This record gives sequence, C-alpha cells and structure tokens, in this order.
Amino acid sequence: MRDEKNHISTYRSLVTVLVILLALTTISVLITGIHLGPVTVAVALLIASVKVAIVITQFMHLKFENLFLKLAVSGVFTLFVLVIVITFIDYFFR
Amino acid sequence: MTVHPTHTEHIDSETGKLGMWIFLFTELFLFGGLFLVYAIFRAKYSPEFHHAAEELNAFIGTINTVFLLVSSMTVAGALTAMQKGDRRMTLLLLTVTIMLAGLFMVNKYFEWSHKFEYGIFPGSPVLKNMPHGELLFFGLYYMMTGLHALHVLVGMVLLSINVVKVKAGTVNSERFLMLENSALYWHLVDLIWIFLFPLLYLIT
Repeated sequence: MRDEKNHISTYRSLVTVLVILLALTTISVLITGIHLGPVTVAVALLIASVKVAIVITQFMHLKFENLFLKLAVSGVFTLFVLVIVITFIDYFFR
Repeated sequence: MTVHPTHTEHIDSETGKLGMWIFLFTELFLFGGLFLVYAIFRAKYSPEFHHAAEELNAFIGTINTVFLLVSSMTVAGALTAMQKGDRRMTLLLLTVTIMLAGLFMVNKYFEWSHKFEYGIFPGSPVLKNMPHGELLFFGLYYMMTGLHALHVLVGMVLLSINVVKVKAGTVNSERFLMLENSALYWHLVDLIWIFLFPLLYLIT
C-alpha cells in the first residue's frame, strides 16, 4: 500500500506553476528577440534550465519524493552537465 | 477485510516509480547526445547555423511550447484528480492532455510540410546543395524534432491506454502507478521540448 503521508499536489499549485512557466517562456521569447550574441544564448539556456527545474520539482513531484530519488536525479543531471563541459573543454583545447 | 494468504497482491509503487525514473535517465542521455552534437557543430559552423535557424518559424515553436506546458499541467492535474478519487475529472484532464498533444502534432505537420514545399527534407537535392553547416543544422533539426515527435505519439498512446484503464477501473484512487508513470513520461516529453525550443527556434 502507499505511504500515508503521500503528498497530493493541489490544482491551485499546478496552475500557479503553469503561469510561472508561461511567464518564463514569454521572457525567453522577448529576450532572444533582442540580438545580444553569446549573452542571448546564455540567458535562453539559463531560463530553460530554470523551467526544467520547476517541471521536475513540481509537476514531476520530485520535491516530495524520497532522498534517494532526489540524489539520483541530481546525480544524473550533474553527470550530464559534466559530459557537456568536458566535451567542450576537449573541443576548444585540442 | 479478510486477507487470503495465497492471494495477496504486492504492489510496490515506490520501486515502480524508481524504475520509470531510471528509464527517463536513459531518455535524457539519448537526447543529451543529440544536444551535444548540436552544440559542437553550432560552435564549429556558427554563421551557417545562424542562417539556417532563421528559416524556422518561431511563432509555431512558441505555440507548441504553450501546448506542451499546458498539457503537462493537465496531466499532473489528472493524477491529482485520481488521487482524490475524482474519476470524471481524471478522464476530462487526460482527454484534454491527449487533445493538446494532437494539436502539437498538427502544428508539427504544418511546420514540416511547409519546409517540404521548399524542398527542405532529408535527402532532398536542395539540402544537398546547401553549405555543409546548413545541411548539418537541418539534419539535426529533423532528427531531434522527429525523435521528439515520436515521443509525443508514444505519450498519446500511453495516455489513451490510461483513459481506457481509468474507465475500466483498473487504474483507480488506490492503484494509479501506471497513470503516475505515464504522467512522468509526458513531463519528460515537455522537458525535452523546453530545451529544443530555444536551441532550434529562438537562438539564431
């Protein structure tokens, strides 16, 4: 059977999360409209990362899962970032 | 309630959910590999990527982003409704999610057929005569959005199976692991799009 303290997201919190995600999308679209070169890329990727973090913690409910799953997800994302960083180091300094 | 020792059913939803997450990790690296290839070629062929990306319709991309974000909320809402035992609301929200996924695919159809009209499709003569960087951009564009669209279709099938199971009562307020895992899968489809959208459509 399921845990008694199992958390159920409220409709209200889900709508709030959606509004935040849509606001971030709008900001992303507006900012990339102004061509600022590399800054644009950085800002767009930063906003995308924030959105992904919100979806994972809220919609995918990770905020209310056990510590093991939290560590596993953080670990996998850290590994993913490391793969990207190390590949780019290799690419730029070879 | 009497418990029949020979007939006890063991449901371990924590493990079932962990298994789903591990599968999602492999999905992350599947798309992650493509993101990496895209990033390296983008650094190598900056002007060509810039020129080719301007061909993409940022408006369609934005609309599709909104569809996926809203559908992510509705599928999370469907899970909330199921946990509260509200079957009617669950079915309504699942149907809305599937419809939004359908709208995403309709948009994708128009987006791609518009490109096909200009002769931009994998293996086309127009594409072969393009500079190498632009060829790479469109190759990656079709590969990444195509693989993502395939995931949208799989998600639609999964969610439809959930509709049937909720109607049949095999997914209910006591047993909803399948709905929970399908929702996780659908959120992953949304997550991948969150990165694809700025990379392909916005940053030109």
